[in-house]
Amino acid sequence: MKQDSIDVTYVAQLARLDLSAEEVSKFQSQLVQVLEYVEQLGRLNVDGIEPTAHASPRTNVFREDVVAPSLPVGEATANAPQTLNDLFRVPRVVE
Amino acid sequence: MSLHSLTLSQAAEAIRKKEISSAEMVDALLARMERVEPKVRAFLHINTDDAREQARRRDSESPQGALHGVPVALKDILSVKGQPCTCASKILKGYVAPYDATVVTRLREAGAVLLGRANMDEFAMGSSTENSAYQATRNPWDLERIPGGSSGGSAAAVAADECLAALGTDTGGSIRQPAALCGCVGLKPTYGRVSRYGLVAFASSLDQIGPLTKTVRDSAILLNVLSGRDPRDSTSLPDPVPDCTQALEKGVKGMKLGLPREYFVKGMDPEVERVVRAAVGEFTKMGAEIVEISLPHTGHAVATYYVIATAEASANLARFDGVRYGFRAKDPTGLLDLYGRTRAEGFGNEVKRRIILGTYVLSSGYYDAYYLRAQKARTLIRRDFEQAFQKCDAILTPTSPTPAFKIGEKTTDPLQMYLADIFTIATNLAGICGISIPCGFAGGANKLPVGLQILGPSLGEEAILRVANAYEQNTGWHKERPQL
Repeated sequence: MKQDSIDVTYVAQLARLDLSAEEVSKFQSQLVQVLEYVEQLGRLNVDGIEPTAHASPRTNVFREDVVAPSLPVGEATANAPQTLNDLFRVPRVVE
Repeated sequence: MSLHSLTLSQAAEAIRKKEISSAEMVDALLARMERVEPKVRAFLHINTDDAREQARRRDSESPQGALHGVPVALKDILSVKGQPCTCASKILKGYVAPYDATVVTRLREAGAVLLGRANMDEFAMGSSTENSAYQATRNPWDLERIPGGSSGGSAAAVAADECLAALGTDTGGSIRQPAALCGCVGLKPTYGRVSRYGLVAFASSLDQIGPLTKTVRDSAILLNVLSGRDPRDSTSLPDPVPDCTQALEKGVKGMKLGLPREYFVKGMDPEVERVVRAAVGEFTKMGAEIVEISLPHTGHAVATYYVIATAEASANLARFDGVRYGFRAKDPTGLLDLYGRTRAEGFGNEVKRRIILGTYVLSSGYYDAYYLRAQKARTLIRRDFEQAFQKCDAILTPTSPTPAFKIGEKTTDPLQMYLADIFTIATNLAGICGISIPCGFAGGANKLPVGLQILGPSLGEEAILRVANAYEQNTGWHKERPQL
């Protein structure tokens, strides 16, 4: 897992995050440094060790499917930058 | 004594006995803020009129809850219906929360008055509160220094007597580390003890809400109010909630307290080590048995954390896309441009850095090497604690390897900033509970608070509060206040 560089531009695209050229080069060097530090996990013997996704011992928490009031549409859309007929409005995605 | 110097339990009792009114208490704190807030800058938003109105209402009711009429401040990451919740980020500027977080509902049911919203590192990412998009909060003990983070506003407000208590959140130490650096008490409950509903998520498997207070008793009182199962958070634990104040006076005689050798390492500030070792000595005098223990995977905790926490953050922060709430970039040419520029203009540096790192460790080809491996390391860290708690009732460590550092000292070196959390991070990975209490000062004449961290097993809050209270009552460090 040794990384000399990390393709920040590509990763930023995956994250839908536009970065300036300066940010790309700054993050590049800072993240390589952080990843070098993280390399130590490669030396750890994890054979046969189960991964921990969650500290909580609970799994499959079920409840009755009861109809109950939820946030009214008007309140749910109140913070939106743009709305139209109680819907979130975004630039056209289909031509 | 001025009203702002009261502890939460003193104020609650005085209001219950009608010796003072809630309105007087609120006014005293607002006056205190007016005087010290220009120096400390702990708050992003102070609900002056609303707080006075809540207090008047409480004064007209007959006292019922444990916090009747008592003002409490909130970290700006917890939702209060009708109030801003910015997470100290530009991307949530102008956002108004449409509902109450469960902890807010519980505070209201206990009679509390919501006072204001405390500053923090943007989206709780940081250890100094310097990552706030709005302002830098200063350490009340030395205004040139950081208050710690990410709940630095909450800790500074408590230390500066601007509030009686505050809620913070702790993902890798964000309650305990600022509590240590500001000289107050900060408790991170067991994962699942307190509902996360209405808390803006950073790393869902690590985040937990907890109190920052002036005393251990106040911490226990707030924990009683906050704890318990919530149908709106399926990770909240169904276990019964004990009255934690009942355990406070039991003392430490006969208790076994573990000292992990991996937490006393080179690189630690010598004064911090001296003060913490002296605190350990106090426990021997009080009749506790100190046992040496080992948490062998401690050295891997920071690396494990910065893979898992950033991975979870990259997913959680995907919701800030300029569509449903918050900031939207101007004149987008299309949907991808809207996403990309909204996030570029809305997020600060540290948040961007963590989104990139988190996206990278989850991306195709790197998932097994980083994320899966970190999850396995997490298992080893959790087991270390399970084994340690077979040999002791609680664990004693320093909370932070150094006292508060200077503003700007670590902002250009993210890795150095990450290492500030070296003693607190493993707690969150293991999901156990921990508390930081004042245990003395470093810095000579320039008094800088040092924190003692007490860790307990899962749902071991009563044990750590008991240990913390015994020390506090025996030493009195909590009575020291900064000169402001």
